[in-house]
Amino acid sequence: MTAQVAISLTVNGERVEAHVLPRLNLADFLRDHLKLTGTHLGCEHGVCGACTVRVGGEIVRSCLMLAVQANGAAVETIEGLSDSGEIADLQAAFRDRNALQCGFCTPGMLMAAQDLLRANRMPARAEIRQHLSGNYCRCTGYQAIIDAVETTARARMELKA
Amino acid sequence: MSSIRSNPEGLSVLDRPNSYIGKTVPRPNLDRLLQGRGCYVSDIELPRMAHVVFVRSPHAHAKIVSIDAAAARQMPGVNAIVTGKELAAVITPWVGVLSHLKGLKSAPQSAIAVDRVCWQGEAVAAVVATSRAAAEDAAECVAVEYQALEAVTDMRTALDPATPVIHASLGDNLAFERILDAGAVDQAFAGSDAVVEAEFVFGRHTGVTLEPRSVVADWNAAEARLTIYQGTQAPHMVQNIAALHLGLWEQQVRVVCKDVGGSFGIKVHIYADEMATYALTKLLRRPIKFVADRVESFNTDIHARDHRCKGKIGVNRDGIITAFEIDDLTGIGPYSMYPRTSAIEANQVVNLVGGPYTCKNYRARARVVFQNKNVMCQYRAVGHPIACSVTEGLVDLAAMKIGMDPVEIRRRNLIADDAYPCASPSGLRFEQLSHHASLAKIVEMMNYQALRAEQAELRKRGVHRGIGVASFIEVTNPSAAFYGVGGAKISSQDGVAVRLDAQGSVICQTSITEQGQGSESLTAQIVGSALGVSMDRVRVILGDTDATPYGGGTWASRGAGIGGEAALQATKILRRNILDVAAAILQSAPAELDIVDNAVVSAGDGAPRIDLSELARIVYFRPDTLPPGIQPELMATRHFVPREYPFAFTNGVQAASVEVDIDTGFVKLLKHWVVEDCGTIVNPQLVDEQIRGGVVQGLGAALFEKCVYDEKGQLTNANMADYLVPMSGEMPDIDVGHVVSPTRESELGAKGAGEAGAAGAAAAVTNAVNDALKPFGTTITEIPLTPQVILTALGRI
Repeated sequence: MTAQVAISLTVNGERVEAHVLPRLNLADFLRDHLKLTGTHLGCEHGVCGACTVRVGGEIVRSCLMLAVQANGAAVETIEGLSDSGEIADLQAAFRDRNALQCGFCTPGMLMAAQDLLRANRMPARAEIRQHLSGNYCRCTGYQAIIDAVETTARARMELKA
Repeated sequence: MSSIRSNPEGLSVLDRPNSYIGKTVPRPNLDRLLQGRGCYVSDIELPRMAHVVFVRSPHAHAKIVSIDAAAARQMPGVNAIVTGKELAAVITPWVGVLSHLKGLKSAPQSAIAVDRVCWQGEAVAAVVATSRAAAEDAAECVAVEYQALEAVTDMRTALDPATPVIHASLGDNLAFERILDAGAVDQAFAGSDAVVEAEFVFGRHTGVTLEPRSVVADWNAAEARLTIYQGTQAPHMVQNIAALHLGLWEQQVRVVCKDVGGSFGIKVHIYADEMATYALTKLLRRPIKFVADRVESFNTDIHARDHRCKGKIGVNRDGIITAFEIDDLTGIGPYSMYPRTSAIEANQVVNLVGGPYTCKNYRARARVVFQNKNVMCQYRAVGHPIACSVTEGLVDLAAMKIGMDPVEIRRRNLIADDAYPCASPSGLRFEQLSHHASLAKIVEMMNYQALRAEQAELRKRGVHRGIGVASFIEVTNPSAAFYGVGGAKISSQDGVAVRLDAQGSVICQTSITEQGQGSESLTAQIVGSALGVSMDRVRVILGDTDATPYGGGTWASRGAGIGGEAALQATKILRRNILDVAAAILQSAPAELDIVDNAVVSAGDGAPRIDLSELARIVYFRPDTLPPGIQPELMATRHFVPREYPFAFTNGVQAASVEVDIDTGFVKLLKHWVVEDCGTIVNPQLVDEQIRGGVVQGLGAALFEKCVYDEKGQLTNANMADYLVPMSGEMPDIDVGHVVSPTRESELGAKGAGEAGAAGAAAAVTNAVNDALKPFGTTITEIPLTPQVILTALGRI
């Protein structure tokens, strides 16, 4: 078995030092080593989007990235985005619109939605649907999620105006 | 929303001031899930916990010649490697039959295969190690020698004499057959102006819960107690089955169900690998965790709806349907699933075909056969999508044959809204349905005439749009008639306990479970409304067999109708008890008092008399100040099960607008409409979202989802990249409307809404696609409607 590798990174602003096997993926590192269980594993092959996190400001599928690749990077998970208040309005919109049922896809969905809203302040409905197409939800049928993201975009625009 | 019948009780306890009934309020505790701070089984860790990974058969049918685990045992982190024979020392096999499904047979199934494997993916050994990765490494080193046997894969030839019999002890591959003959079918066909036949083919598909099935099982040898953490829809059923097969009393087994990452019927069954995990913790005396990976999910989560159904309809020129006939064939894998059996789906198809219509002539045969594929069983809207697609497909074919509009033929045949109570030819009893009100409403919502005009205009320009309509009935609120009468220890009643705590808040324990539908919310809404307290003062506890009353759980659309009624009745008793105490404290009479906004008030003028917190303080800490002889009971428990009707049938109608690209075969979903009648609506938003979610699962079946097996029984698309599910980009907006016909079986009047969306979506879309293809003189009766299927029908490939 290959030897462990030392890595150093920040996770939700906290410095983390660890020794990990090279094969350990980022999702398992976050969940099993750091106990940040908000990052969910739905397929473990990069399709469902439940494990979406932010690395260096970009959203990635943490099941497709190795922990060693995150060496030196700034990783943000749903727990970090929740505690910083960055997506408090988006979360409130999801709650009010019942844009989640079982909640398993929700952390990844919020990550992807916030990524869109940072890049495009007032996306059209079709753009929201397109951007979230890499995040599977089996419960809601998506409409409520699209509504919640649209509502948040509008509210942020009004706040700016 | 329109109501065709008011609540028979008149103004009820639910119509009190500040009632939450019928109101959209956010579900309690959603922030936990929104912040990634839920607790799914895969998040649970216990001291000394080990992980199990199963070595699974690559063959659909094979004899296990030998298992050599010597090398694997030497791998780092390995605790144990256990074969089926070894595990049989602690767990007994089972047979998935129910006595009310006459003639249903199946063979004994073991937690881990012994001597023979019967489908690709069946477990042959368990590898237990300190981590899942270590267990996976070791599993690759377990050498299993197989002797391949001929696999039975095609359901159409499963009963042929030349086909091998999968279980010799059963004599043949027929698991179950049901025949029904009502009215005078031959006579009706002979006298019809037209008779149309078609074969309807359905793709075998599965639920794809985003959280795979997971279990943490913890046998405490010192306590002689087993704790099972599992995302299940039926904790008490799991408790009963685990105890039965491990030789324990039910009270020795605790089932804890925290957050569940999607169920849809997938998590209402008992799977062999879950049984193996319960047995492993007992054998190895340490907590064991099993989390299926996605490939395992596709190979072992129940599949559903693998049916080929021949259908025939008779119709007269005036549009009156004269007879229905079906011959349904379904392949269920090598075993009937446990404990709900794999005959229910076909049985439902027989029950439901023709259900919305007045036609009394109906003949049906359903045959359920064994095959060497993954097991099939109940998935959301069990049997409904098959029955609805066959019925509504036939009705459209009949309409086309006599040149009648699809809406008009339905108007002429749907059971009249004032004809209830009545029964279907298959014996289903309908209390009160609203097919005509629903159809009228959806026609208005979709602006049917304008859509038709637009369709005709676009057709001239070579744009092929289609409109499809599908009426349906839906089984909800099941009584003991579903499982209990057949001998299954699956509760059809649910129980709720409510108590006032020492600060005047309400603690409510319910036996229904939460998988995201909103069980917790609807319970809190009912309790808060009936008692007179605000929802934030109601704490709902569910999903723990040690903490809740005994009950069925959440499946078959029973949470609101059964669990909700139990909550209402328990709360009414608590309210009465509180008012008795209040009257004693205030030297008043209970009839002169009410509870509003967390306080006891004067019934007449609403003047505040005593806060519930103060009442609770006196009862719990200063009972010495109460008048002599008063023993307050600030906890009440009630159970409920429907007794008069075996099922509370609901009804509805769906419509789809689609555009078919005749060059590529792609179907674009433009818009989808649903009108549904689930009786009293506790929370409109939750009902609408149940329906939307169900519709999208039905749209998946209509257009994308299919477990593709080759002729050797190998599942060829067992991953999320190759097995397609609906994504947000291709789904339409869905408009939902309601008609409200409360059931008189309960004071609440609620029926279920969980199956409606999935029941009719595929039928509506298929009818819409066929409507679009009308100019080409072809009809398709196969789903999923892939580009390949459509281009083949168009003769383009």
